[in-house]
Amino acid sequence: MPIIEILFYLFSGVLVLSALSVITVGNPIHAALFLILSFFSAACIWMLLQAEFLAITLVLVYVGAVMVLFLFVVMMLDVHVASVREGFARYLPAGVLVALAMAVQLFLVIWTRGMETMPMPAGEGDEYSHTSMIGELLYSEYLYAFEIAAVVLLVAIIAAIALTHRRRPETKHQDPARQVRVKRDERLRVVKMKSEGEEA
Amino acid sequence: MTIAELQLALPEIFVLSMTCVVLLADLFISEERRGLTHTLAVITLAFAAILSLRLMMAPGEVVYAFSDTFVRDRFGDVLKVFCYLILIGVFVYAKHYLRQFGLFKGEFYTLSLFALLGTMVLISANSLLTVYLGLELLTLSSYALVALDRNSLQGSEAAMKYFVLGSMASGMLLFGMSLIFGATGSLALTDISAALSAGVGEEMLLAFGLVFMVLGIAFKFGAVPLHMWIPDVYHGAPLPITLFLSSVPKLAAVALAIRLLDNGMVALHGDWQGMLVVLAALSMILGNVVAIAQTNIKRMLAYSTIAHVGFILLGLLPATPEGYAAAMFYTIVYAIMSAGAFAVLILLSTSGAEAENLDDLKGLAKRNPWHALMMLMIMFSLAGIPVFVGFFAKWQVIAAALSAGLTWLSIIAVVTAVIGAFYYLRVVKLMYFDEPEDAEPVTAPVDFRAVLTVNGVAMLALGIFSGGLISLCVSSFV
Repeated sequence: MPIIEILFYLFSGVLVLSALSVITVGNPIHAALFLILSFFSAACIWMLLQAEFLAITLVLVYVGAVMVLFLFVVMMLDVHVASVREGFARYLPAGVLVALAMAVQLFLVIWTRGMETMPMPAGEGDEYSHTSMIGELLYSEYLYAFEIAAVVLLVAIIAAIALTHRRRPETKHQDPARQVRVKRDERLRVVKMKSEGEEA
Repeated sequence: MTIAELQLALPEIFVLSMTCVVLLADLFISEERRGLTHTLAVITLAFAAILSLRLMMAPGEVVYAFSDTFVRDRFGDVLKVFCYLILIGVFVYAKHYLRQFGLFKGEFYTLSLFALLGTMVLISANSLLTVYLGLELLTLSSYALVALDRNSLQGSEAAMKYFVLGSMASGMLLFGMSLIFGATGSLALTDISAALSAGVGEEMLLAFGLVFMVLGIAFKFGAVPLHMWIPDVYHGAPLPITLFLSSVPKLAAVALAIRLLDNGMVALHGDWQGMLVVLAALSMILGNVVAIAQTNIKRMLAYSTIAHVGFILLGLLPATPEGYAAAMFYTIVYAIMSAGAFAVLILLSTSGAEAENLDDLKGLAKRNPWHALMMLMIMFSLAGIPVFVGFFAKWQVIAAALSAGLTWLSIIAVVTAVIGAFYYLRVVKLMYFDEPEDAEPVTAPVDFRAVLTVNGVAMLALGIFSGGLISLCVSSFV
């Protein structure tokens, strides 16, 4: 199947290049956009494996929701590009050295042992649906893991609130219950005054 | 899923439900009555301990549940009971500090209990998926706990470092897991073990997967060269959080290592043994040597943790039941010792200033002779002086390393233990032979003093009667 292979290398190439750009470009907005591109390429590779549900979820959830939030946050934070770049040149030699060492090691391991290729998984029939399969497994075989994932999300909420919520006694706010219960004495003061005519 | 399966997970279900109760109850408890949250959390742990003790599995009995994602065995049950007991101690110690420093908030209790739940899930995990989720639950709660004091610049910095490095380590672990899953085609640890011993899986994929998994485990332990976060996090976090981090998560780390390396990948023992040898040797040497140079006692204890992690790894090397029992024994003992040491620092912290420097310990024997004696016993135990329990723990793991034929590593262990004794004994010297800078006697609430006394005396009692705890650990790996 050469067309699949060509597509695979195309999407993989785009994925690797865009992932590389995420960490090398200076502008955080551009980095976020490159991240979107890399998610998109990954979704396309999944599509080649016929994992259509995962591919669509990746695009909908990550590209659609998470990355939009990311962009919002990046825009609001007003990151100084210059200060982020600071020290880049200083750490560059060490970084390149480590990266080169790792690349050589990985290459040696793969080269000496040789890499067998994995076959493409056989396609399923037309009636097969990933969506229903995942749904079924999630609520039967992986129910325990699913529940724990729910607890992890609960902890994330608690942690986010605990770390950001502050009680500010000085801020002014309305208390409707108190407004309704207000009495006349609290708002109205009757002052005895001499009328103007008496003085004369 | 059946009722019988749910019953197997009863301790987890109980802790989760009670944590939600604590979370909700805390909303309705006023600031002055925050002590109720504390009491509720301690009662939860006490009942969980009773529950686990009553349902304790017999030696050799193993039951799987929830489609093989969950396992109940004696190892897990014993470890869980110690988690509850140590966390009770942590809560009692922490209360005294949190009250003084204006951090007495319900979140401390809910997040700690969620971290405990993560530890329990991890201990009982029989699938790569549950291992990872349990670990994430534990670490996510820990990140938030480190940042709990929002006004502290140091705390925020420590939390940030911990979070970034921890996420990277989780990513590595996950990458390793995905490679192992790809090679063996299975998530359940028992199935992976069966597949590996049947020779399934490409050698290359397995080698890469194993390396990444061992890296993840080493980070969670804090073994050299993945130890850099430990001193900064221990130093930056508020004392009770450091106390927590040095106790319960260590039990989780040993469970993580035994579940993944033994239950899942014992067939690759020859490969991972070599990696652990390097980690153990470096941790023992670096931890003990660098600790000598520290003047900040929190950092000193952090480097001491790294050194002790090296000793724990020794026990895992031979991949025998005796070795695992030794590692488990060492970890439990270390968690108790470390809790006691940080508790004495909490005792010395008066409102506004944490006891951080070694000089703060000067003349403690004159200010509070009884607690100085407790600290003395804890330090002797950490140093591994005979009669105290720390000695037996070291003896067991070194015996394990010898049984794996690693004589040179055992020699390194003994030599570094002697080097390490220096900085523990320096603390004793400061307490007993130096004049106090502040002659005022130190005191604490009665529950704090009671738990600290139990903690200190346990060093001696567990040492003299060490057979009981050792046989409990040995029976976990029948």
